[in-house]
Amino acid sequence: MTTSRCISIIVLAIALLAVDPASAQALAAAKATNTPAFTPPRTPDGVPDLQGVWTNASAVPLERPKGLGAKEFYTDEEAAQREKQSQDQAERAVGGRQTEPGTVADVHYDLGQYGLSRSQSKTAESKRTSLIVGPEGQVPPLLPEAQKRQAERAAANRGHQWDGPENRGLSERCILWPNEGPPMLPVGYNGNLQIAQGPGYVAIMQEMIHDVRIIPTDGRPHAPQSIRQWMGDSRGHWEGNTLVVDTTNFSNKTAFRGSSDKLHVIERFTRANDDTILYQFTVEDPTTWAKPWSAEILITKSAGPVFEYACQEGNYGMANILSGARATERKAAEEVAAKK
Amino acid sequence: MRNRLSSLKISAILTAAILVATATPAVAQGQAYKAPRTADGHPNLNGIWQAMNTANWDIRPHAAAMGPVPMLGAQFSTPGGLGVIDGDDLPYLPAAAAKQKENYANRVKLDPEVKCYLPGVPRATYMPFPFQIVQSAKTIMLVYEYAGGVRTVDMEKVTKAPADSWMGWSTGKWDGDTLVVDVTSLNDSTWFDRAGDFHSDALHVVERYTPRSADTLMYEATVEDPKTFSRPFKITMPLYRHVEKNAQLLEYKCPEFAEEVLYGPLRKKPNNN
Repeated sequence: MTTSRCISIIVLAIALLAVDPASAQALAAAKATNTPAFTPPRTPDGVPDLQGVWTNASAVPLERPKGLGAKEFYTDEEAAQREKQSQDQAERAVGGRQTEPGTVADVHYDLGQYGLSRSQSKTAESKRTSLIVGPEGQVPPLLPEAQKRQAERAAANRGHQWDGPENRGLSERCILWPNEGPPMLPVGYNGNLQIAQGPGYVAIMQEMIHDVRIIPTDGRPHAPQSIRQWMGDSRGHWEGNTLVVDTTNFSNKTAFRGSSDKLHVIERFTRANDDTILYQFTVEDPTTWAKPWSAEILITKSAGPVFEYACQEGNYGMANILSGARATERKAAEEVAAKK
Repeated sequence: MRNRLSSLKISAILTAAILVATATPAVAQGQAYKAPRTADGHPNLNGIWQAMNTANWDIRPHAAAMGPVPMLGAQFSTPGGLGVIDGDDLPYLPAAAAKQKENYANRVKLDPEVKCYLPGVPRATYMPFPFQIVQSAKTIMLVYEYAGGVRTVDMEKVTKAPADSWMGWSTGKWDGDTLVVDVTSLNDSTWFDRAGDFHSDALHVVERYTPRSADTLMYEATVEDPKTFSRPFKITMPLYRHVEKNAQLLEYKCPEFAEEVLYGPLRKKPNNN
């Protein structure tokens, strides 16, 4: 072993020791889960091939239903029964709600009409009772400082939720959807994503709302800490057959389940078989939760293609919501004036 | 000994001179450069690229002019440019020429860029933002920093668009070292530039990306739209690689930046309380 290599190993060891304990803990948690033994196809560059069109549609809730306690998996019979219930329910939804034309109740979305009902989309079978792994199956409670932050955010908006676009949610504003992440969570419909790989890069495009996360895997450091982004700044590397992605540099406004800009997400993508990617993530934020928490989602092959989801371009909802609120205020003012 | 060395030197210089002399015309025609290959043997176009011209202000030749918002002074006025089209003017049909003038007059209100709408093709290529090519054998993803726009070019088969869209439907093939992308099913809502140059939903664009050196590509787009133009025209420009070691696309999630323009008049006014 040459002297310079010895020195670089020592430097690396010191760097590893210097990692803050919470990060090290999160990393360990992310690694601890079992990874599948499947030998994935490789790209011409020799790394595991994750490419294709996929969907993360899932019938499993993020948090475990309260009555289930520490039960992490359903039995085969329970799983089959739940699947049938869920299908029946979704198929009824596809049939459309019977409402009287011209009534307020008649104004609604029939997802089935657009092929967006979950019964119309492929879903990976899972016996999990919650996407969150472990005996608790819940997002840990918010720390006092996070509760305070959350309460302040809510108070600032209270009574003002229809004032302007800034008072509306991020998805209504076409800024960020929960499926985009990271972490990438299943949403009610349209959970399609496409992965492309070039030398030294993995690109993940989400149908909603067409943002692409380009993840360099060439070992470069994160962007300067002063750059804060809605989706953070992602860096990846390969650990055996697994793509590991580390994301920091989140904006305070991202506020993932009450997080601050200290949010740190570690994701692991592993091909479980030809048809499935096991997607695992660990989330930590020492200003928000007392400990990191982890979840697992099965991402399954989709026939594709991915359509263009032009959110901003078709956002009639925002103008309608605001003009509706102004009309309501005008009407209320007129009624007050009429009484005088 | 010294003589022998000198004669060796001379012959080397002569050989080099001959090589240069024969190579120069080929370089001028853009034929001599052979792009490095990807692991699967295709020309390697991977990288972060950007146009360095004023086409986003006006694809036609234009002199510098004051910007549409006088308050912003010299900061956001229009730089001059020699144009990126073949010829001096666009072959508009008469009605379309009139509409372009109207678009220009109302550009602050009508330019889709102001509203953070997807830019369409070919405008996405020469917006003043970088874009990244993520190339694999089956799919080439073109990812634009502006508005998070993206296109996936299917390299395996020609497929049919499910519907018209802002960024269109792209299928690709290799013609020697050139990536040829056929773009169809573009909607009628995007513009070519900030000067109101526009098209209809009959737009068809054929793009050619040709490597011309390690860090430059030649971009050519043939634009055809019989409802708007009397003949097809060509847009040509070099694209430059971002050679910075740490180059990366950053977010430009612009819906937030367009909210005042789009929804400002619908905000609750303090006096409505």
